[in-house]
Amino acid sequence: MKWERERKLDNHKTVRLLDDNGLRVDGRRFDELRPLKIEVGTLDKADGSAYVEHGRNKILAAVYGPREAHPKHIALADRAVIKCRYHMAPFSTDERKSPAPSRRELELSKVIREALEPAIMSEYFPRSTIDIIIEVLQADAGTRCAGITAAALALADAGIPMRELVAGCAAGKIDGKVVLDLSDIEDKQGEADLPVALMPKSGMVSLLQMDGSLTEDEFKQALDMSIDACRRIYEMQREALRQKYHIVKDEADNEAATEVRV
Amino acid sequence: MSTTHQLPIVARLEQKTVVDLIVKGKRVDDRGPLDYRPTTIMLGVIEKANGSAQVYLGKTKVLVGVKIQPGTPFPDTPDEGILTVNSEFVPLASPTFEAGPPDENSIELARVVDRGIRESKAINLKKLCIEPGKKVFMVFVDVYVLDHDGNLIDAAAMAALGALVNAKMHAFKVEKGEPVYKEEIVPLPMQNYPVSITSVKVDSTTVLDPCLEEEQVMSCRLTVTTDKDGNICAMQKGGLGFLTPDEIKQIVSTSISKAKDLREKILSNVK
Repeated sequence: MKWERERKLDNHKTVRLLDDNGLRVDGRRFDELRPLKIEVGTLDKADGSAYVEHGRNKILAAVYGPREAHPKHIALADRAVIKCRYHMAPFSTDERKSPAPSRRELELSKVIREALEPAIMSEYFPRSTIDIIIEVLQADAGTRCAGITAAALALADAGIPMRELVAGCAAGKIDGKVVLDLSDIEDKQGEADLPVALMPKSGMVSLLQMDGSLTEDEFKQALDMSIDACRRIYEMQREALRQKYHIVKDEADNEAATEVRV
Repeated sequence: MSTTHQLPIVARLEQKTVVDLIVKGKRVDDRGPLDYRPTTIMLGVIEKANGSAQVYLGKTKVLVGVKIQPGTPFPDTPDEGILTVNSEFVPLASPTFEAGPPDENSIELARVVDRGIRESKAINLKKLCIEPGKKVFMVFVDVYVLDHDGNLIDAAAMAALGALVNAKMHAFKVEKGEPVYKEEIVPLPMQNYPVSITSVKVDSTTVLDPCLEEEQVMSCRLTVTTDKDGNICAMQKGGLGFLTPDEIKQIVSTSISKAKDLREKILSNVK
């Protein structure tokens, strides 16, 4: 399998991330996204849920609420409290990850909350909480962005009023070239990573982080590239929502039709 | 779990004053939009630390101590020293700080400072190896926030850089896998000097180096860390607002030029 070949490459420290034709280790072009699979409403008990496969990332997101704030003293008088938890499963990485939340996970929970919160009309639900739970079942670079893509859909699926959806995608630099959507090996051996989340209709960036080394021009190029990719992902998100609610609508229509016949 | 916290309660009158001034291109403390507050950096304030620096950024005070100790390397970098950045929001710094394990803001601050130092390769970690896979030097950078009047990230990053530049250790040679210290005292092997510049967006205007009043009314902030060659090595957006791509590009280019001035200032203080 392709990924097994990649895993083998992983063991050799110096891998060429771009070949002579400018293709990447997994055969993608510089501006090509990994394949995405998006499902909305995968969980039964959650008020809203979504499952996203972004390359080899497998991520589940669930939303509970708006519901009564617990403990009560965390409630805010003018808006809902948004609680966000980003967590990686112990088996999601090459080496087992301790299930206790790491400092990285705590930071990501914060930046993901700050990326989603501007899109949520939390002022409609004072004194309540909205819980966003993101569980990374398998990680392969770009989990925070894929987590945001999934969580935004779960919020929409829960019927929470939103200004718009949020989509996430990273760009980065490998072998001196700016490329889109780094995979695990590219993230580890590449030179920079720039995760971005976008509210596509207004064109507002709600998450922006960077590590590595980029010149100003490279940065601008990477930012434009990831924003463009967020727009493409946004279309897929809309399609996934339409898919689910189209089926629901069909079922409702059928039921109505049967009732008439009786 | 990251939770929306109570927004700081600011009197409407004060909020309006701060916002109106910024929109007019002025500031509460009579600065221009792109002016940094007066900055003082004092090195070697803690004798028992290998390196230390205290930064006054306006009324914000941050103290950083560096300790260097032998330890075990990580398996994926067997021949490199270890860098650890920790931050402590000491309860004496602000009425909103509480004793206890670090909260998400403290962790974020430490991780942003860490990213700047790590990604710019500020310390030559290879030179801190004692015996590959067995023993290396660990560099602990502990950030102590003593007085919080806004822009803790920049103050902490500046103090961390100062403390690292100030850090000294005994020269050593390796005998049977153990470090044998010599009399001679050498500086920590530094090779880059990252500087963070934070801007905040208030209404639709951006200003540099926010004081606490400005942070309380901001919609969001963006920190840009650049290295000595003017390359960007770390970024972090914070807060509940959002930025347009043009605003981001604008902030990035002003941060790059501002960081250059500030770096010269810090290093001239040092040498």
